[in-house]
Amino acid sequence: MAEKKSLGKEFTKGLIAENPVLRLVLGTCPTLAVSVAVTNAIGMGIAATIVLICSNIVISALRKVIPSKVRIPAYIVVIASFVTIVQLFVKAFVPALDSALGVYLPLIVVNCIILGRAEAFAGKNSVAASFFDGLGMGLGFTLALIVMASIREILGAGSFLDGISSLTVLFGYSGFDGFKNILSQPMGILTLAPGGFFVFGVVMALANKLAEKKGKTPAELKGCANCPMAHSCTLIDREDACDNKEEKEGAAV
Amino acid sequence: MKALAMIFMTAILTENFILCKFLGICPFLGVSKKLNTAVGMSVAVIFVMGIATAVTYPINTGLLVKYNLEYLQTIVFILVIAALVQFVEIILKKFIPSLYQALGIYLPLITTNCAVLGVVLLNIDNGYGFAQSMINSIGAGVGFMVAMIMFAGVRERLEGCNIPKALNGLPITLIAASLVSVSFQGFTGVVEGIFG
Repeated sequence: MAEKKSLGKEFTKGLIAENPVLRLVLGTCPTLAVSVAVTNAIGMGIAATIVLICSNIVISALRKVIPSKVRIPAYIVVIASFVTIVQLFVKAFVPALDSALGVYLPLIVVNCIILGRAEAFAGKNSVAASFFDGLGMGLGFTLALIVMASIREILGAGSFLDGISSLTVLFGYSGFDGFKNILSQPMGILTLAPGGFFVFGVVMALANKLAEKKGKTPAELKGCANCPMAHSCTLIDREDACDNKEEKEGAAV
Repeated sequence: MKALAMIFMTAILTENFILCKFLGICPFLGVSKKLNTAVGMSVAVIFVMGIATAVTYPINTGLLVKYNLEYLQTIVFILVIAALVQFVEIILKKFIPSLYQALGIYLPLITTNCAVLGVVLLNIDNGYGFAQSMINSIGAGVGFMVAMIMFAGVRERLEGCNIPKALNGLPITLIAASLVSVSFQGFTGVVEGIFG
């Protein structure tokens, strides 16, 4: 029973409390790039979640076999294999999503969430725990993407879940663009690059506010400390280079 | 020549990797606080983008495309880039220690930087030849540098500002990035105007 409870906890922590995008500040590139439309966000979220779950399972199953010196290259190979599998599936069955995500689909390989979870969790924990960790983190990533994309699509384009053929085929849902009637002029800039940064900043501020109410520290820009490569990175040791070093000193003063 | 110059300027201004394509956001937010680290990181990125393209292009055309193995691109490229960065690090350490001192610390970071894999994949998507690929990669690196240096300046000005508590830290940095990005939207059409 206790085992079950802790597995549940591994799952739920990724959704809100340790949301990879809004709390751990990982995977910012795909979040900004893909959140133009909700359908893209959902597609990207599902693809990344599948890769994350599979790579977490394999890496945690192999954690006693992989020598710690070569673990990062080994993790990258595992992740890249699953990304290729997902990429082929998407190309074959949802070509519209493939062209919408473009280069960001293969770039799931270098998504810091996946390598970060492999390094921080799957390499140290059991297969079952890693599965739930991957599922929770993946859904947390999807959730953050959907929140961002909803804001950008509704305000920026005046539509919601618009324009993907597979959704129409599956659910007979052809997209909703009724917001165009309410907003006389959609704020087009929100669907462009500056809007991505802006909406992300605002959502992050809201998440920090909520976290503060619950008595947690706001998500901080920890410089390279968030990066999964931090352990092998010599920047951290250099006094003058890394942001977080200086912040720590500042806090001490 | 004109076409190459156009690719170069487009990569820097209208298709800027950080501000328009959202590639390489981690170093953009992580190491842009000081000008000297921003410059060091950018030079290392230009360097790695250049050699990564120079090495992956022949592998792609000579091996993967020739034997219909294009689906292996993702795996092969990330491994080649990772191995290459390690190799370059060792070579620099042994033979050009002064350059290693300047760039070496940034090299391991760049292995999993999405900008490097991104530029290699985009070159293939665009169907560029070798010269075009090299120019596009160097241009993307220079664009990365321009954005890093500009943003390092903006962040230095932010240091002394009185910012609402909820926006402090990451949110205000992102909103500042948004404003810098607006300025780059203004370059739309400029390259065609100059060379067209």
